[in-house]
Amino acid sequence: MLEPGSEETRVRDIATVRVDQIGGTIAALSDVVRTFGHIERRHMEIVADVFNLTVAEIRGIVSFYSDLRTEPTGKRHIRICQAEACQSVGGRELTAATASRLGIGLGETAADGSVSLEAVYCLGLCTSGPSATVDGRAVPFATVEALTE
Amino acid sequence: MSVAKVPRETLAIALGADELASELAQAGHEVVRTGSCGLCWAEPMIDIDGIAYGPVTDLADLEAARLGPVDTLPDLARQERRVFDRCGRADPFDYDPAWLCSQLERDPVEMIGEIEASGLRGRGGAGFPAHIKWRTVHDTPADQKYVIVNADEGDSGTFADRLIMEGDPFRLIEGMLLAGRAVGADKGIVYLRSEYPLAAEIFARAIASARNMGLLEAFDMELFVGAGAYICGEETSLLESLEGKRGEIRAKPPVPAIAGLFGKPTLVHNVITLCAVPDILESGGANYAALGVGASTGTMTFQLAGNVKKGALIELPFGVSLRALIEDWGGGTRSGRPVGAVQVGGPLGAYLKDEQLDTPMTYEALAAIGAGVGHGGIVVFDETVDLVLQAHYAFAFCAHESCGKCTPCRIGAVRGKETVEAFMASAQGDDELAIIRDLCDVMEQASLCQMGGMTPIPVRSALGLK
Repeated sequence: MLEPGSEETRVRDIATVRVDQIGGTIAALSDVVRTFGHIERRHMEIVADVFNLTVAEIRGIVSFYSDLRTEPTGKRHIRICQAEACQSVGGRELTAATASRLGIGLGETAADGSVSLEAVYCLGLCTSGPSATVDGRAVPFATVEALTE
Repeated sequence: MSVAKVPRETLAIALGADELASELAQAGHEVVRTGSCGLCWAEPMIDIDGIAYGPVTDLADLEAARLGPVDTLPDLARQERRVFDRCGRADPFDYDPAWLCSQLERDPVEMIGEIEASGLRGRGGAGFPAHIKWRTVHDTPADQKYVIVNADEGDSGTFADRLIMEGDPFRLIEGMLLAGRAVGADKGIVYLRSEYPLAAEIFARAIASARNMGLLEAFDMELFVGAGAYICGEETSLLESLEGKRGEIRAKPPVPAIAGLFGKPTLVHNVITLCAVPDILESGGANYAALGVGASTGTMTFQLAGNVKKGALIELPFGVSLRALIEDWGGGTRSGRPVGAVQVGGPLGAYLKDEQLDTPMTYEALAAIGAGVGHGGIVVFDETVDLVLQAHYAFAFCAHESCGKCTPCRIGAVRGKETVEAFMASAQGDDELAIIRDLCDVMEQASLCQMGGMTPIPVRSALGLK
């Protein structure tokens, strides 16, 4: 018997809503990330069960899409655009300077979990780069100060 | 009471448009939230009683940002806005469906005839004639057909899909419904990338609004938000993703128009392609075809991006030169240094040098110099650009985004990246260039899709290889 409100019940509910939808597995896994911050092995097992797929199939989907993260982000999550339009206005330098200021590399989270730095490939703000997001909020004309303070 | 139009659009909001809207409302203006008109350099750009101001940083010193009457603003008035005519001018939800309803009575075969007469080609990158897809889906018997919108706008330097979905979502709804009517589909799906959360919110609201107006009774639609994968902009990868799988591309044939989503005939178009359809059906295919040059008919939504002073979306007939776009419209580089290279058409597009900038922007003229229009993105670099590093990035991006299905792309991109690194470290570099040349040939000729097949374009052009 599943406990109402338990993590397993919540994942099962999230997946069940999506089971007949177009792209349902991806939508369900995106919902798991939205709810729990990342996807754990036990979440994949539940989603696999609901969709009548193997855990390997679900893991294959998770590993394909960059939003379907399997590690938690830092408390503050910074994404810096690595694509060409931002490169043309100092995106590489911004990335290096931000990484150095935070003491972590691209794709890493600080040991204390306070901040994580991630690459993103185009935010559609290509006239106003370098672009970044901080906790999902768009930052055009990004500077090290704007991202780290 | 004076009316103040303030964009509710991702860039404008990031630059303070929401705060401006509140201040204007407090000051007694009637505030209307519109889309962006695409003059990104002027964001946040506001319109008070027909006078445009931008970029507005301080309402107390509005006059300093005065641009002039919006109706005669040269940066807008000199465009040929067929797709973006409404965008940025009004509240996108203030929509009258009368014209659309009248069009949905039209004869499907006659509608396809207008699309053929217009010469419309896909705006997502491949430039394939739209009417062939329409006729194929129309003529393929099936119990279910789909219209799928590719809004997985992942090319750096492009933002046209985002602007129209945030600023005039009903233009896309019109295009989908009209296409559905013409090809005999009753279900539409928009595949939107997750990097565009405001577009998702606005478009979802527009679908709900269309449903309330009774527009979705014969043709229903839904929004699907991706999960971060550039390759899902490739149409067969997108279909796999919509089927809930890894976005591994499919071999073609069969083409999606015959066997697409769940094996059913599927019309897959980029956002801007479908957004061109209402104007074509209203003003006539011949009228649309009168714009442009040769087989590059109609207008293109050029997006000026990167190191450019006045980055913007500029809708013009095909045929304008890159130099005119960058210098006359874009005002040159943002840094003030000379242009070093221009990448046209996204990460799979060519890096062009100064002597190539007089090339007219048409499918044919760009193809003749080994380049392509792509989705209309133009990324300007100044003279400090390191083209070897850009070639390295082209391979690295392909390695990062390859779906892994075919070997030339999966392995070739990694080897290419390593070989460019070896080239950078070597004194001579001839051996490495020979390997890169060879690798490019293999990727171009043997990859299953354009991800691997077109990565050689930026690599060769950046390195000056033939």
